[in-house]
Amino acid sequence: MSHEEKLAEIIAVHSGREGPLLPILHDVQAAFGCVDPAAEVAIAHALNLSRAEVHGVVSFYHDFRAVADPRPHVQLCRAEACQARGVEALVPAAEAAAGDRVRLSKVYCLGLCSVGPAARVGDTVHARLDEAALVALVERA
Amino acid sequence: MTPSRSVVRISDDSLALACGADAVAAAFVAAGCTVERVSSWGMHWLEPLVEIDGQGFGPATPADVPAILAGSSARAVGPIAAHPFIARQQRLTFARAGQTRPLSLEAYAATGGWSGLTRTRTFAPADVIAEVSQSGLRGRGGAGFPTGIKWQTVAAAPGARKYVVCNADEGDSGTFADRMLMEGDPFALIEGMAIAAHAVGAGQGYIYVRSEYPHAIAKLTVAITLATTIIAPFRLEVRTGAGAYVCGEETSLLNSIEGKRGEVRAKPPLPAISGLFGCPTAVNNVLTLTALPHIMAEGGAQEYARHGFGRSRGTTPIQLAGNIARGGLFETAFGITLDELVNQIGGGTASGRPVKAVQVGGPLGAYIPPSQFHLPFDYETFAAADALIGHGGIVVFDDTADMGAMARFAFAFCAAESCGKCTPCRIGSTRGVELIDRIRTPARVRDPVGALPQMHNAPKAPRSAAEDVTLLEDLCETMKFGSLCALGGFTSYPVLSALKHWPEDFGAKDFNDGL
Repeated sequence: MSHEEKLAEIIAVHSGREGPLLPILHDVQAAFGCVDPAAEVAIAHALNLSRAEVHGVVSFYHDFRAVADPRPHVQLCRAEACQARGVEALVPAAEAAAGDRVRLSKVYCLGLCSVGPAARVGDTVHARLDEAALVALVERA
Repeated sequence: MTPSRSVVRISDDSLALACGADAVAAAFVAAGCTVERVSSWGMHWLEPLVEIDGQGFGPATPADVPAILAGSSARAVGPIAAHPFIARQQRLTFARAGQTRPLSLEAYAATGGWSGLTRTRTFAPADVIAEVSQSGLRGRGGAGFPTGIKWQTVAAAPGARKYVVCNADEGDSGTFADRMLMEGDPFALIEGMAIAAHAVGAGQGYIYVRSEYPHAIAKLTVAITLATTIIAPFRLEVRTGAGAYVCGEETSLLNSIEGKRGEVRAKPPLPAISGLFGCPTAVNNVLTLTALPHIMAEGGAQEYARHGFGRSRGTTPIQLAGNIARGGLFETAFGITLDELVNQIGGGTASGRPVKAVQVGGPLGAYIPPSQFHLPFDYETFAAADALIGHGGIVVFDDTADMGAMARFAFAFCAAESCGKCTPCRIGSTRGVELIDRIRTPARVRDPVGALPQMHNAPKAPRSAAEDVTLLEDLCETMKFGSLCALGGFTSYPVLSALKHWPEDFGAKDFNDGL
């Protein structure tokens, strides 16, 4: 299936729903790793929106990216509860382990606030991280 | 105990999974046991918690399995239901926690599930609203607005199409009760929404879940499919957020479902009158909605109202988090003090150091020093002390915490998550970060803006720390009264409480008289 066919299929699946834009953007992001300008144009056309409206939504939410990043992605919780459990002291080692190979980003709260520091890789969550465990997690990612 | 006869119960809550529950479960299966994956009891320091014939073992690792089966494990914690952490609670909303398989319709029905909905359907909508009002239930999302009054507004609003929306965008750090309910007892939320739909006359409901909760989304989606015929003709759908904290604010949440930027709407009109797609909409928190099956069961409203303190009726699920020895989910009646929660039940800090502060109510909640730990958990008492209950999360900090840095983080968080619609929040948050940096810098430097030629009336000398603090208080006041929603409006709570109680963490000692 070509890129365009896949995009058209995603749009078709959701177009009958109330408020279809976010479900479409989630599926496009999952399928292509980003919502690029070409996808914005196609989605805008299908939903009878302007491209500016679609771009406004894409750029508003942290989950959507304009350019795909093929690197493995580790999200490290940096919110208050994980800070209280010492996450900030682990960050330099995690950044060093990630280097340019792994995308290490911050997330505000994974809801694991009693067993932090916590991290998420894909749909897998990890808790009670110390420096060694976090570095190992980043290196395995 | 013989492994072949006893069922080993291990949680499949994502917190248990994050602590290694799957590996422990696999080890029991390899040892020939029957393993049942249940919801979490909420004793998070013991996860992965293994339950065999009511006896608990935790935190368990695969290496502990032989000793647990031999009955000689040092991980034994005795009977779980009699554990002080559980025995002290009054679990109404979390009655099934740790005891049922989350996606088992049989287990849900066998533990009283759907009885609230069945009874609700024998009532006229107005009688349902009267009964919910009688229970004293107030919105558990943070604002504490009486649920019955909100529903009355939706029910009375003209419109053929009405909606029930569940706010499951639990973005506050230190809160996980919504997540535990969605993963552990999803049918209770579905039943609660069906009850709400009957009361307000809604045909369609949406549950807006944050994308940071993939396990909750997966379980809810399956649960809705399983319960479709039970809740029909009411229809329910899960919508996934996209990483915006501000979408926990009800009007930006509605915009997000509509497929727009998650920007806050000005109120009025209230969502109860003009909400999702312009239709009357009841927006309720997960905890509010899951309290309903109990309230609407026979005699439930009276029992619910019997618990509580002052105008805060019923129970509230309190979340003990951060640097705490025994963290987890503690549901109890309003009125319990912070000292009981943090020091007695929670056992103080996990690090063993003295408690310095707790933050109650998420990133927008005040930092409270131990000298105020006598405060009872109650909406009005906390408001009078310039603090919030919010969603009931308590984050504990030990004496290594730098409260000046936490105040700076509050502004930085607001800057990162501001929707940008109103100026006090969008710009004030960034100016706040700069101001705190200036206050915390010993060297006084002149504001670069003041040095511009067109600013010829600006003072020629750098501002003193005390003047910067006055400016900070002024900024907080502007944000508090000028912001459209709680994100900008409540950022002053953590900032000013940190400044008031720990001025030494801001690097100066001479500006406290201004507070």
